[in-house]
Amino acid sequence: MAGPATRGLLATALPLIGKRIASGALTLLLVSLVVFFIAQLLPGDAAQEMLGQAATADAVTALREKFGLDRPAPERYVRWLLGMLTGDPGYSLVANMAVADVIAARLPNSLLLAALSALVSVPVALTIGILSAMHRDTRLDRGLNVATLSMVALPEFLVATVAVLIFSVQLRWLPSIALIPADASPWLVLRSLAMPILSLSVIVIAQMARMTRAAIIQQLNQPYVEMALLKGIKPARVVLTHVLPNAIGPIVNAMVLSLSYLLGGAIIVETIFNYPGLASLMVNAVTSRDMPLLQACAMIFCTAYLLLALVADTAAILANPRLRNR
Amino acid sequence: MMNAMRSWVKALSVSGRVGLSLVLLWLFLAVFGPFLAPYDPGAFVAHDVFAGFTTAHPLGSDYLGRDVLSRLLSGARYSVGLALAAALVASTTGTALALVTAVSPRWVDEGISRFVDTLISIPSKILSLVLVAVVGSSLPLLLLVASITYFPGAFRIARSLAVNLAQMDYVAVARCRGEGAVHIALREILPNMIHPMLADFGLRFVFIVLLLSGLSFLGLGVQPPDADLGSLVRENISGLGEAAPAILMPAIAIATLTVGVNLLIDSLPGRGRRIAGKE
Amino acid sequence: MQTHVEVRGLNVVAGGTSIVADVGFSIPRGGVLALIGESGSGKTTIAMALMGYARLGCRITGGSVRVGDKDVLSLDEDGLAALRGDRVSYIAQSAAASFNPSRRIMDQVVEPALNHGCMDRKAAEIKAVALFRSLALPDPESIGNRYPHQLSGGQLQRLMAAMALITGPELVILDEPTTALDVTTQIEVLRAFKQAVREQGATAVYVSHDLAVVAQMADAIVVLNKGRIRENGAAVQVLQSPEDEYTRTLMAAARPDARISQSCLPGEGRDPGATGTALSKASSNAAAMSGTPPLGPGFRREGRENLLDIKGLNAGYGATPILRDINLTIARGATLGVIGESGSGKSTLARVIAGMLPPASGSINFDGTRLPPALSMRNKEQFRRIQLVFQNADTALNPAHSVGEIIGRPLTFYHGLKGAAAARRVAELLDLIKLPASLADRACGGLSGGQKQRINLARALAAKPDLIMCDEVTSALDTVVGAAILDLLAELKRELGLAYLFISHDIATVRAIADDIMVLYAGTQVETGRRQGYDGVVRHPYTDLLIGSVPELRPGWLEEQGARPAPPAIGQPKEGADLCRFLPRCSWRVCGTCEEFTPPRHLTPGGNTILCHRPEGALEAAS
Repeated sequence: MAGPATRGLLATALPLIGKRIASGALTLLLVSLVVFFIAQLLPGDAAQEMLGQAATADAVTALREKFGLDRPAPERYVRWLLGMLTGDPGYSLVANMAVADVIAARLPNSLLLAALSALVSVPVALTIGILSAMHRDTRLDRGLNVATLSMVALPEFLVATVAVLIFSVQLRWLPSIALIPADASPWLVLRSLAMPILSLSVIVIAQMARMTRAAIIQQLNQPYVEMALLKGIKPARVVLTHVLPNAIGPIVNAMVLSLSYLLGGAIIVETIFNYPGLASLMVNAVTSRDMPLLQACAMIFCTAYLLLALVADTAAILANPRLRNR
Repeated sequence: MMNAMRSWVKALSVSGRVGLSLVLLWLFLAVFGPFLAPYDPGAFVAHDVFAGFTTAHPLGSDYLGRDVLSRLLSGARYSVGLALAAALVASTTGTALALVTAVSPRWVDEGISRFVDTLISIPSKILSLVLVAVVGSSLPLLLLVASITYFPGAFRIARSLAVNLAQMDYVAVARCRGEGAVHIALREILPNMIHPMLADFGLRFVFIVLLLSGLSFLGLGVQPPDADLGSLVRENISGLGEAAPAILMPAIAIATLTVGVNLLIDSLPGRGRRIAGKE
Repeated sequence: MQTHVEVRGLNVVAGGTSIVADVGFSIPRGGVLALIGESGSGKTTIAMALMGYARLGCRITGGSVRVGDKDVLSLDEDGLAALRGDRVSYIAQSAAASFNPSRRIMDQVVEPALNHGCMDRKAAEIKAVALFRSLALPDPESIGNRYPHQLSGGQLQRLMAAMALITGPELVILDEPTTALDVTTQIEVLRAFKQAVREQGATAVYVSHDLAVVAQMADAIVVLNKGRIRENGAAVQVLQSPEDEYTRTLMAAARPDARISQSCLPGEGRDPGATGTALSKASSNAAAMSGTPPLGPGFRREGRENLLDIKGLNAGYGATPILRDINLTIARGATLGVIGESGSGKSTLARVIAGMLPPASGSINFDGTRLPPALSMRNKEQFRRIQLVFQNADTALNPAHSVGEIIGRPLTFYHGLKGAAAARRVAELLDLIKLPASLADRACGGLSGGQKQRINLARALAAKPDLIMCDEVTSALDTVVGAAILDLLAELKRELGLAYLFISHDIATVRAIADDIMVLYAGTQVETGRRQGYDGVVRHPYTDLLIGSVPELRPGWLEEQGARPAPPAIGQPKEGADLCRFLPRCSWRVCGTCEEFTPPRHLTPGGNTILCHRPEGALEAAS
């Protein structure tokens, strides 16, 4: 693109994106407040619980002082927040390790699972969505609509259970537990991850395909599409040259928002497959009432979600021709 | 009235009718389920654990030798009842708040929207996990957790509807007439929101069923001796390797409920199609 | 073959009902045929069928369409794609929506030529620029580089014409191309279209609901009603001596001034078939009979009989000023017409009076007392006595309420009527607006546009107001339906002694119903005076442009008008000065004065007040 176009882009779109980032940062701050506040509602004393039988008054006081639990809440909040930002989200009294260490062991696993699932889901969802939209109201489209509608409502553990039943029990192709030895080859890793990825992807694909279809159909209903047909341009060409360029923004938006589902879905999938990821760590933190760990995990998920939302909004801003071209 | 209902049912598509039947079936089971159970859900009646489909136990037996069908029928009450109650609280709270923001001055709208936006920015499962960690898993508290987690979504949709409706000329006419905020909210705006919010209510219900059964599956939801469908999956997880009905049937049961509601909502004229889907 | 286009026995069905039945007509080569009808008459459906196209949900079930030597309805998909855009072109109603917002204009204009392989890119662009020039578009060399959202409606419409003509088609279909434009833009676009099509030598089909526009463009006219042909003949014949009853109804509806002036005021009858000076004659008749006292300078009547009195009103949204220095009065039982095009601020005026938008400065007095600026400060009586009726009845009536509830609410709210007493009054009101009493229990969703607008009126009447503000109440309706509403308004005025503030963009409608008229341009009051004053020779330049842009119901009018002279050169407008808003478009602007000083108000010989530096307004100075 020539100079003036880029300049126009910078002039109109960048300030909007900047505002969006600022708004997102503010929301993240408010989220941290909410998470911290809820965590503080937990009755009982973490130090007392940790000491258990050996909880004498002195020991409890000493422990509380050591971990700064006797400070007023706002001060604790600020310390915690600063700690999060600098990479030290506190100390887990339950695991007796720094929270950062606990998370560092598990975070890469979750990222790997999420990335592979996204990689699998996006092409499949795009294909289904575009096919569906181009053949709308035909039997193919109606069938796909019912299929995706059903898939979107399935509980994750059903998909996982059925997958295990088919691939592990009946066909014996894949292992049912996703244990990855440290020195495993990529092929072995893939084999172990196959079912978790499958379980996550099924629902994400359905959601993404529905939103893609909706985005394309919304463009197809615009008058300029009818005008293009009346100019004698064949339907396939109309979709390619007229519709897709306009639909790309909404489609990217839809995809990114659907990916955010991976955050929540991972909780069930990681548990059912005993996968050592961040989500299953969070579940353990809940069961053991390990609040520092829980807060840190929650913040990581929220940040990831807000980042995805930011990318989606940016795609929408860039896709708007009024903002791209002054 | 009957004629209107009959023609409405006729207008449904095939998938819509499937959905409607499933929904009606589940409502029936939720109310009458425990009375239809062939055995006491807590009794150890089967010869084997993890038995397959037999005439004595149509859905097999679980890991302790209890009849799966009976446990399913009594568990349905928890799954459906709890989720229904929570969805009602979430939907009404969201709608009420949205109406308030639509007729109030700007700063009220800003304040409430900001607060709700913050809640929405926390993925729902994460929020519910944090809440459960703090308040625990008793039945009333589970209802509270589910309501808090899902009322922001209802508020968002209700607010966008209410704000759009507030721009309508007939609302301007009412204002020029001198009508007060309460009349405008309840008589002008709300009646036009009911249909889409009903569809949204159905979706809330689906999300909450999935959330609660997910929590029960993780051991954080309905606690023993009560058991909802998610708990049933959890207790029988060891039967995964044998492909026992004990683990499959509760999971499929949940699926029939959620898929049924989704199919029904999608086939409602107009609004359903646009918002059916995952949150 | 004599005829170029021939249609026989065309039938189109939509979801089980027939929307076009047994339609047939023929067009000679180079001729222009108009398809006239109201909404639902099937005119667009027929026009699209000429290309073998049917909208989603519609199906062409029978008949034949021949264009040149091609039998259109028997072509397959490829054949149709080859025909469209190449041999037959289509110009849609809304250019803004018909262009792809993310592609440049030039790309889309040359697309048909490239797609059909008529010429290469370079040649196509040269032809495009030539077309832009002949369509009188600004900057023909560079306009192709812009994006649709950077251009105005009138420009986009002409660009669409260029896009249609670039392949040199033999048949051009124009589907209501000027309906969405202001009347002052419309005349230039019509002229450009007519010339371009004639130069091309193409046959044209012109679809419209506006008889006056059609009179300028067509050689032959086909009148459609509910999918059937009612009349088919040469333009002159159909316009001057229509044979069919429906055509006569359409003609009468297109002349509100002649019709209502007869009924509104006692006086001699008027011959609706007369041409030319019908407008001025009717108003001068009315003047002789009306009996309202003449206006003094500055158009403000003092005295207690004034119902509404506005002085020095300024209003806007936030920092953007919209209305500037508005002064008007409405006497009891009188009608003030406010004319303005889009962006003139006329709707804002109504909203300010109603209290929805507090003015920045100025005063509004109602029946002697000061009217509080905001809604929250007014009392029920003030709300009751001023009622506002909106343009779009679809959005002005709450779909969740029944007709009875809608009309009944003001009765309960203002008069405390309930139960049987309220029901009786509702029935009376329904009768007053000429709707059956059984309508009271129905939801308003399934009613027609005209019925809804009547209910809108009834709701206003239920309050027993003194002043009703009608904001473009007929603009969204078909001509015939709108004419009926106008008749109703006139009758209600007679029976109930109501005062109206009648807002419209259609000068013919306003002149039919108003005693006094105010012309708004960009928020300023450029001309004000009694209806008769507008017949004089001295007018504000904008009023002159406005009146001159309204097509008359006879062929040849467009040619007589000739192109407007370009605005004379002037210096740079003075920064920060409160200048005449019409300056950029005025053909009468005076170099050295208009761009430096605020225009004063002058009184014209006809009794009107104009906001202009030239006391003679748009009149040539005596040489």
